Amino acid sequence: MRAVQALTVVLLLIAIAWGGAALIPAVFAVAVPYLALAVFLLGITLHILAWARVPVPFKIPSVCGQQRSLPWIRQQRLESPFTSWQVAGRMALEILLFRSLFRNTRSVLTPKQRLVYQPDKVLWLGALAFHWSLLVIVLRHLRFFLQPIPRSIQLLSALDGVFQLLVPTLLITDVLILGALLYLLGRRLFNPLVRYVSLPADFFPLLLILGIAITGILMRYVDKVDLTAVKELALSLTVFHPTVPHGLSPLFFIHLFLVSSLIAYIPFSKLMHVGGVFLSPTRNLPNNNRARRHINPWNHPVPVHTYAEWEEEFHDKLKAAGIPMEGDD
Amino acid sequence: MYDAGKIVPGLVLFLAVVTFPFWLNVANGTSSAAPKLELPKGYTRCVEATPVMRATHMELLNRWRDLAVRHANRVFTNSNGQRYVRSLTGTCLGCHRDKKQFCDRCHGYMGVTPYCWNCHVAPKGGAQ
Repeated sequence: MRAVQALTVVLLLIAIAWGGAALIPAVFAVAVPYLALAVFLLGITLHILAWARVPVPFKIPSVCGQQRSLPWIRQQRLESPFTSWQVAGRMALEILLFRSLFRNTRSVLTPKQRLVYQPDKVLWLGALAFHWSLLVIVLRHLRFFLQPIPRSIQLLSALDGVFQLLVPTLLITDVLILGALLYLLGRRLFNPLVRYVSLPADFFPLLLILGIAITGILMRYVDKVDLTAVKELALSLTVFHPTVPHGLSPLFFIHLFLVSSLIAYIPFSKLMHVGGVFLSPTRNLPNNNRARRHINPWNHPVPVHTYAEWEEEFHDKLKAAGIPMEGDD
Repeated sequence: MYDAGKIVPGLVLFLAVVTFPFWLNVANGTSSAAPKLELPKGYTRCVEATPVMRATHMELLNRWRDLAVRHANRVFTNSNGQRYVRSLTGTCLGCHRDKKQFCDRCHGYMGVTPYCWNCHVAPKGGAQ
């Protein structure tokens, strides 16, 4: 049901793009992408700045390795970092290779009703395939935004199509991202535990990106798009002299509108993990609590009355009553 | 704000990377005009209609290659019933004499590198 809600929204977006682009192409080719990019940039900036205003009261790295100790005990530098460079290494491992997801386990009941935990690398592999494919696909799309196209982007596209299967060449990332998205979606639909905790906000980005990938592949193989017209539009948007060339198909407008929806949606959704991963105190702090004191920036100046001050205040009375004092004699 | 010394430069870097096609193209004064093709003089139509050729020439050439090289089937009949020889160098380049003025314009613009020229010798170009 929650998946159906998300699917309804995606289908609604497709219908809006289809109908809208036929009536007012300039709005959907120019105004919508500009607006979406503005929302994306401003939204991410404000969101990060809002996070930056939140203090970190404690140094709370959650580590899974031997911390720096005596010289003859080997420290696990990437699992339990002590210096800033080691933290950078740990962050890179997390951001580029999803180290924490690699530890993913699943609980299974054996036939004898014993609960055991097994390593579950499939989610890690699926997440890795999805995110890296998405990155390569975004970089490949730079060919629409740069003239001349840099050698590195051409090389990346050539590597992506290295198998030289089909015409136009089948791109590895297209296959990978479809497979990964279907796995990630299937996991939420068919694994009862994951389905129980899945919200429409979990299904929506998956279905939206699936829609983007499918429309992109359709434009390459089925309803072929006029690439020069698309590049003309893209370049004209980047130099702020938007022109809407002829020959842009409804499928292209759907693709563009779904991408615009996605980037405008990022700052308000779980997709903000793109910025949040950098600001996770459990990951971006060094495990050096014993060596360096972490001052809680949240500490308010609290008016305190110490025992020494109290004793000083009632010094004479205490003395007269013959009560033993710490500060005297 | 806490850790502004790290967060603000990171944010600025992110914004710069995301928007770099904008400032790069504005700084270079990149023209958004699509490439102009030099069409063969005296012809109004390729082996199929222009929109069909524009969208599916790569599929047509791939099919031609397979049929000619693997099945020795060299006669192509188009949708109007006209016959052509299935040959890149003979038929295509017979009219489109200069690869640089035709093929490479769009392929260069879009970063497409077809592997036709791994086997075929590109013509020198120019009218004969």
